[in-house]
Order: sequence, then C-alpha cells, then structure tokens
Amino acid sequence: MTYQSRPSSRSAIIITTLEGVPGRTITQHFGLVQGSTIRAKHIGRDIAAGFKNLVGGELHGYTELLQEARQEATDRMLQQAAQMGANAVVNVRYSTSSVAQGAAELFAYGTAVRVD
Amino acid sequence: MLELLVIFGLLALGYVAGSIIEQNHYASIKVRERRTQSVPVYNIGAKYPLPEAKGAKLFVGSVVISSDYYKAFLAQFSKLIGGQIFAYESLLDRGRREALLRMKEDAIRWGAKKVVNVRLETATIGNSHGDAGILSIEVIAYGTGLR
Repeated sequence: MTYQSRPSSRSAIIITTLEGVPGRTITQHFGLVQGSTIRAKHIGRDIAAGFKNLVGGELHGYTELLQEARQEATDRMLQQAAQMGANAVVNVRYSTSSVAQGAAELFAYGTAVRVD
Repeated sequence: MLELLVIFGLLALGYVAGSIIEQNHYASIKVRERRTQSVPVYNIGAKYPLPEAKGAKLFVGSVVISSDYYKAFLAQFSKLIGGQIFAYESLLDRGRREALLRMKEDAIRWGAKKVVNVRLETATIGNSHGDAGILSIEVIAYGTGLR
C-alpha cells in the first residue's frame, strides 16, 4: 500500500472518542497516531491577562491561544493518520500539561483506522 | 501605609468586580443549560456497542478562567488552616459547566441528537509570577456528537 494509492484528505477524516465510527465497520487498524504542540503566551496577552486576573472571569486571549494550539495538535495527528491511509481516528484523547513557566503542551492522540 | 491601601483597593476591586462577573456568568450558564437541556450528554459510550447514528463528529469546548484577587487572597488564607477552599470551588464549577456548554452548543449547531463518551480535563495555566500568582485554569470538555 502506498500513500499515493490511498489519498485521504485531512478534512475528510472522521474523529470520534468512541471505539469505532457509528454505522461503519473498521476494516483495518493502523495503530496510535499523535500530535502535539508547545505554546508560550506572548507578552501582550500576558499583560492583558494580568489585569484581567485581578477581577477574575474568562481570559479570552488564553482561551483562543489554547484553542488554536489544540487545533494544531489535532491537525498534526490527522496528518499522521492521512499518511498511513486512515480515514478515521477513533478513541481520541486530549491532554494539556504545563512544561515550563508560561508554556503549555497540548497533546492529542488516538487510533488511526480505516472504515467502510 | 500606601502599600496597604493598594492591597485593600485591589481586594475591594477583586471582590466587587469578581462577584459581578461571577453572578453574570452563573446567570448565563443557567439560561444556556436550560436551552440545551434537550440534548443529553453521556460520559459512557466507549465500552458499549456502537450506537446507531448517521454521523459522528468530535466536539471540543474549552475555556480559560481566572480567579480574582480577592479569591486568591482568601485561598492563600485558607491554606494556613486547611480544609475546604470555597473561593476556588465555584471557579472550577463555572469552568467545567462553561466548557461543557460550549461543546454542547457546537454539537447542536451541527445537528447532534446526543453527545457520548464525554471527557473532562483540567489543567493549571501557570502564570509568569510563579506559584504566588492568581490561579487560572483551563477546562476542556470533548465528546462525540451523534446525529
């Protein structure tokens, strides 16, 4: 099986947190795929958040930052899955950890499969 | 003397603004929870036979929420005597419910009838001032929407 013979565009890949895709059967397992990214806050956002910290509530800047980062991690996972020829990633899990002062790692992993 | 005044000022600001923000947030959470009540959310699903559905998609809801100066002060104080830290309980509660709501609202826009195998994660977002700073947390909720 070559990558060229099984082109799957990344956007067409189905992602679920279940052990399969409802209504479809798994025909092939490709194993674990993962994607991660480490992001640091930038100073502008940090200063704004510093003020927001005093009164509390949602820090929109950080929410967006982490959403973008999570999307990036997911994309990397999907890229890996697409390279294997998968058209679905099942049992996906996310995790976040702060690896350094002011930086966070966003990590996504799942099992790449082919479904009918 | 001036330092004390500044601290009291910040405490008052944190208390007043923090309470208003929290009340508004809870009011919005309650309204949206009622509005999205018709779509159930389950945290089971992984070990059950796959449900019947025409489509399945991953939905993620996330929020970064910060405590205020007053709460951080209270929590610092509570740490001396131990026990429950009331100040932070509502913060985490708000974060979780907000994240779940965002996931649900996203799923409803797509046409989901239910969301299964939902997982919740909490992470502390360290600030640049180290441990002494004000707690901010990120909560994410993710699950599979079915339609």
